[in-house]
Amino acid sequence: MKILVALKRVADPDNANKVRIGAGGQKIDTGNLEWKLNPFDEYALEAALRLTEDGKAPKQRLGEVVAVTLGPKEVETSLRSALATGADRAVRVEATDEQLDGRLVALALKKIVEEERPDVILMGKQAVDGDSNQVGQILAELLDYPMATFAATIEANAKGLRVSREVDGGVSVVQLALPALVTVDLRIVAPTSVYSAQTDRAFKYNDGVRFAPLPAIMAAKRKKLDTKTLAELVPNTQLTTHYVEFAPPPERRAGKKVASVAELVNKLANEAKVI
Amino acid sequence: MSEILVVAELSEGGVRKATHSAIACARRINELSGGTFSILVLGGPGTKAAAAQLTGFGAARVLSCEDASLGNYLAERYAPVVASAAQGFQVVVGTASSYGKDLLPRVAARLDAAYAADCSDVVSKAGKLAYKRPMFAGNAYGFCTLDTPQQVVSVRQSEFDPAQPTSGQSPVSDVALTPPGAAAQRIEFVSLEQVKSERPELAEARVVVSGGRALKDQFFQVIEPLANSLGAAIGASRAACDAGYAPGDFQVGQTGKVVAPELYIAIGISGAIQHIAGMKSSKTIVAINKDAEAPIFQIADYGLVADLFQAVPELVSALEARKKK
Repeated sequence: MKILVALKRVADPDNANKVRIGAGGQKIDTGNLEWKLNPFDEYALEAALRLTEDGKAPKQRLGEVVAVTLGPKEVETSLRSALATGADRAVRVEATDEQLDGRLVALALKKIVEEERPDVILMGKQAVDGDSNQVGQILAELLDYPMATFAATIEANAKGLRVSREVDGGVSVVQLALPALVTVDLRIVAPTSVYSAQTDRAFKYNDGVRFAPLPAIMAAKRKKLDTKTLAELVPNTQLTTHYVEFAPPPERRAGKKVASVAELVNKLANEAKVI
Repeated sequence: MSEILVVAELSEGGVRKATHSAIACARRINELSGGTFSILVLGGPGTKAAAAQLTGFGAARVLSCEDASLGNYLAERYAPVVASAAQGFQVVVGTASSYGKDLLPRVAARLDAAYAADCSDVVSKAGKLAYKRPMFAGNAYGFCTLDTPQQVVSVRQSEFDPAQPTSGQSPVSDVALTPPGAAAQRIEFVSLEQVKSERPELAEARVVVSGGRALKDQFFQVIEPLANSLGAAIGASRAACDAGYAPGDFQVGQTGKVVAPELYIAIGISGAIQHIAGMKSSKTIVAINKDAEAPIFQIADYGLVADLFQAVPELVSALEARKKK
């Protein structure tokens, strides 16, 4: 099985409250934040690795994982960490965040899919900077591929992939024939969430994503990393989504501390009048 | 002039409330740039009856597409119908629920339209519609304009008060099923397991009681009596969902559900950025936490520093005692 994993680097989501609006509301300033891989994309990479191995000790690789991202030269650090974690090859499309919107990213990825011909495309359900949750769905439609968004479990079977999805009020299960696209939710890295066709169904993974051992980090430096330009992939690179202004969220002031449950009930009943 | 198509969201034959927020957004766009809105209702058996429930909201037309092949939702089958119905409309507006978030970007791709997700307001900037939307876990709002002939927007339910009925009766007409493409032949609906609950839906509840990781495996034991007492929906922090103490669809936050109830009670929740993004528009926020330094207290109207395993049962007793008065 060949899997293409799309990754995005984002400003550290654990410090998102340090995002500042600069230049008279025209720009988001993330200058004081570190760059990290979008957590949901890290989960997608973990799911891709699980789908291309047998779950035995030591694990045997049974497929190929290609990591792709769009970004400036610095994002190669993120790609190298994906390679160290277990991806086989990487592709970087040269572009800055300002040159991209969801539609252009999907158009560029479409071209890469046409070149790479993966069986499965995996990515996070959303990038936690723009929070749009759109690229996977747009890409699936451009390719006329079936998709499963918000995946909580993925099981490879003779017909393709059986995916359970987290939807409002429950769980929806679909069977996808390959090639197909899946976007992952946070449960996908639970111990029994992802099984390749060869992995024993009794096997349990460690919870969360795997970490790269030191020798793998060294070896990753020798793995293949290709670069492409956005213009090579998308003939018309004009943006269709423009952010014309940014505004801070309304401030919410801390209220009072109450000393007891009795005082809390009294305040809720007589001051806030909500009970 | 903006002609708008609202995509209704159905659930078990009924219209989901989020649809009324989408209608409210469509009316707002009409106020800004003129034009009218229509509503598209699509689904399996029962769709026509649902369409009839939407004729009193001032829509120019209500379009109905009822077909057995739409009985179980799949974006691969729905997107072609929505995209064909959208011909002649400039803006397609839908819900920012798991349904809308799955479907609408696919519709946008079919129309070669740009998409604005999770829209919380619409304003006019330099003669263009600008969609206000939360980014960076709600730590900034961006106003975006979409430069495509057609636009697609999903609407955040908590930010638009549901549209109220108006006088008049919209005509209902049937639209034909659009045959789906190759993608639909390669996906098969297997099952939909919905958790049956007597409780209000998280996104629609007047009161939400949420629990954090501190509850451990006593999550339901502690939270349920309080939720029962208040007639509240139950939510959870990402940490509690991650740890398996609460189901994934209970998650309130940037990557879960966004709620804005009249009363939000956070129990044993420290207040991570990603959680606060999902509840900070609540009218009154109460936090109960052992750690006086927990960030949740910075946004709570009422904070109680206490051991939740004692304070919550005590709160339940106090609420029950009030009811008897």
